Order: sequence, then structure tokens, then C-alpha cells
Amino acid sequence: MKHLLSTASLAHADASAILDTAEEMSAVSTREVKKLPTLRGRTVVTLFHEDSTRTRVSFEAAAKRLSADVMNFSAKGSSVSKGESLKDTVQTLEALGADAVVMRHAAAGAAHQLAAADWTDCAVVNAGDGTHEHPTQALLDALTLRRGRAAAAGVDPRGTDLAGMRVLIVGDILHSRVARSNVWLLHTLGAEVHLAAPPTLLPVGVEHWPAAVHYDVDVALAAEPDAVMMLRVQAERMGGAFFPSAGEYTRRWGLTDERLAVVERLPGPARDGSGAMILHPGPMNRGVEISSAAADSPLNRVLDQVSHGVSVRMAVLHLLLSGDRGPDRAAEAASPAADPSTDRSRP
Amino acid sequence: MAQTPETSQVMSASDLDRALTRIAHEIVESHRGVEGLVLLGIPRRGVPLARRLGERLARIDPGFSPEDAVGSLDITLHRDDLRTAAARTPEPTRVPSTGVDGTTVVLVDDVLYSGRTVRAALDALSALGRPATVRLAVMVDRGHRELPIRADHVGKNLPTSRDERVSVVLSAVDEVAAEDEGVLIERGRA
Repeated sequence: MKHLLSTASLAHADASAILDTAEEMSAVSTREVKKLPTLRGRTVVTLFHEDSTRTRVSFEAAAKRLSADVMNFSAKGSSVSKGESLKDTVQTLEALGADAVVMRHAAAGAAHQLAAADWTDCAVVNAGDGTHEHPTQALLDALTLRRGRAAAAGVDPRGTDLAGMRVLIVGDILHSRVARSNVWLLHTLGAEVHLAAPPTLLPVGVEHWPAAVHYDVDVALAAEPDAVMMLRVQAERMGGAFFPSAGEYTRRWGLTDERLAVVERLPGPARDGSGAMILHPGPMNRGVEISSAAADSPLNRVLDQVSHGVSVRMAVLHLLLSGDRGPDRAAEAASPAADPSTDRSRP
Repeated sequence: MAQTPETSQVMSASDLDRALTRIAHEIVESHRGVEGLVLLGIPRRGVPLARRLGERLARIDPGFSPEDAVGSLDITLHRDDLRTAAARTPEPTRVPSTGVDGTTVVLVDDVLYSGRTVRAALDALSALGRPATVRLAVMVDRGHRELPIRADHVGKNLPTSRDERVSVVLSAVDEVAAEDEGVLIERGRA
């Protein structure tokens, strides 16, 4: 792997390697010294053409925990607002010594463009491009789901995938890059994905996605998902042509106190009626897509998701920036099963 | 002539067994007991070796509890060749719940060669705490050190040339029968 651009192009083996690595990265935050020397002397640039606090802080924490230097670049108030092109911006950053660029951009495919065009040797991590993909968010959701199930079964999450898990994603699928990345990744990892949304908030062609589509949340909940992921209602969509009012959205699509009672009685990952996991990419709009009681419920994994975000991003940065001076990335991709311990006995 | 790889066995399964038993006795002798003793295997082959040493220590002195005092220490994220070697997934690190502060940690690995793995292990260990003493036990010492590191307990000293390859075959890692375990040396491999 040289770049992380989408989950649609992520193979099962690569996704598992990221999740297994993230498990070890999580362990670091419980140690006395919460830092690894892995990326000492490397520089990670966060290049954000859109507002973001959580994702940027999470990437920054991940890079710093691996001892990398972090430079933050936001488009607002920068040379970009003076009309600098993406190509010039990135080449400037590389000249400043960047090894990896973490990019968020309003245009779908911006990260692909950066990686495909011969503009830079930096590793590119897509941190959200338009309504296209947000791969690290899907990976942290997958880590949360996998850990939730392993904890319920009392087994080690390493090496497992999501086979047989049923995950329901509710809300604005049309504008959500989180939903898209999750559909592809969870499907690759063997989970059964269900979507529930008003027809106005479903994209054209959703019938070709590897997911079951519902137009009623209560029907979708009757299918007994192991986890329910509520998407954020973006304020700018409210009161527009997509749905009449926030109140009506809450009544029909929100995780209200009544629906929370249903979720609490679902079999859940433990299959013992202890309830389904509740996920939310954050920030939560309490009282809109999720009630306050659901936001504070013990089933809610939002804070786990945040800490898993740092672990997953550490894993991604480690895997992308390791071996970049190796003989040939293509050759190593062909034989990923190199045995670490026999390797060590070579000079 | 040197093109044909030629494999020979330098230690059999029972040699391996006897060496482990001897190392276990040496550890108890040098530590004067088993109080405050922690074994940490370096993945992958150091882990089953540490587990076997732990079983023997418990037989020598029932005061030693393998469940509490045997763990693993992954060094992947502390390696000095991360930029040139292929990316690899770290293996689990498991240390006793009481930590390693003030204990005697015995690092266990299969082959001691350049010494770089042990250097990385010492770094990884210092991130976990501050042991009173750190010792090193290896099944095979094949020479060619690149760093000032030596082993305290050695199963077999094996003079080799750099174009040979030494592998410790263990049933827990290599999926072979217990009687097919041993140490192999492969010649004529660049």
C-alpha cells in the first residue's frame, strides 16, 4: 500500500492488516510511555480544504504518538484562498519535507487526483473527499464493530473479520461519505449492510450497492441488526427539499427514546438480548437524529469510536510510511506473507 | 556448486528439549530463585520458546506461575529498518498485569544474529517500564553481531557464514509434528 484513498479498492487482507495493527496501536495508549519511535524524523501534513476538528486532531494525535512531526495546513486564510492550485500547494508541502499528506477536500476524487498525477512522492491519505469516501472513518467503525463482537464472545479480535454481522446505517446516505466508505468496507469484511433513509436522501444507483435498502427505520430494526449507525443530519440539508422539518426527521428517522427501547432489546453481538451497539460518526445532534438518552446510553460507542480513530490512523500511517525506501513496493505486494522471524536471521 | 541449497539438521527435537531444560536451570541459578522473574518472548518463535521455558521453571520451582510471568514483546514498531523493509503487522505484546518495574526480565528469542532485534526489544521494553535487570536467552547464537550485544543463556553456539540461513523449527509456529522440531541450517543461499 502506498496510499489510502478509498475502501472500495481495499482488499480484505489489507483491511485486516490495518485492523490488526490498530489493535497493537490501541495497546500503546495504555502504557506508561504513550509514544512509539516508529515515524521518528518523518513529517505528516494535514491539508484540509474543509472545516474539520475531530478528524484533523485525530490524525495529528496519531502522527504525534508515532513520533512524526506534524504540519497543519488549512485552506482558509492560506495561499489557497489566493487561488493557488492543489498541485502547487502539494509540491510546496513536499518541498517543506512532507512524507505523507492527509487531505480533506470538498471535491470527490481530489485525493485520487493527487495520488494518480505525478505531482508528489508523498503517501496520500484521504480524510474525506466530497460525498465520495472517508476510509479511516469506516476503518475505525469496523474496528469498533469487531472489538464489540469479540468482547461479547470473549475472544481475541485479532485475525477476525465481520462475517455474519448485520449493520444498519440510518440517515443521509446521499451526502454521506462515511456511509459509502462503510458500505464497501463492511461488505468486504463479510458484514451484511442495511441502509434506512428517506428516498430523497438515497443516491441514484443505490440498488446496485451490496446493501439492503429500507424506507422505514422500524422495519429495518425488526431485521435485528447487531449495530445501528446513525448518520449526522447536516444542518444545511434541514428544511430544504430533502425533508420538511427537523421535527419530522426525528419522528420518522431519528433514534428516539421509543426506538432506543427497541435497540436495547435486540439480540446484539452477544446474541443474548443485551442490545445492539449504537455508532455515530460525530458530532451528534442531540434531539435530531439521536435522542439524549440514546447519546448517553451504555450501548453507545461514540467515545470508543474516537479512541479507535487514533489507533486506526496510527496503523494507516505506519503501514503507508514503512518500507518506502524498500527495493520494490510492487514486488513486496506480490508476496505479503514474508515471515518476520526468518527475515530477522538475514543480515 | 554453491547454487544448490543444502539443508542439514544441527539440533534435533530432543536436543532442543535438553537445551531448554538447561537454560531454565541456568535462569533460576543466576537469578537465585524465581521471585520477580518475567519471561518475555519476542514474536514469533520467541513466544513458544518462552512458554516452554516457563513450564520448565514451574517444574523446577512451583513458586513460578507461567500464566502470570510469561508474556510476549513485539518489536515491529521499534525496528531500525522500517523504511527499507516491507511493512508488517505487529504481533501482540502481553506483559504481566503487575508490570515489569523492578523485575528481572528475560528476553527470549530463537536466533541471535545481528543483535538488532534485541536492540529494538530493549527500546520496546523501556516503553513498558523499568526492569531491575534484563537478561537474554536465545536458542541459537550464530555470530555476526552488528551491535555490542551478547546473550546470557545460549542453547547452542553455531558458527555460521553469512550466506547460510538458520531456522528454529517449532510446532507452534511451523505446523510440524513435535518430533520434527529442531534447528536447521541451510547452506548456499545468498
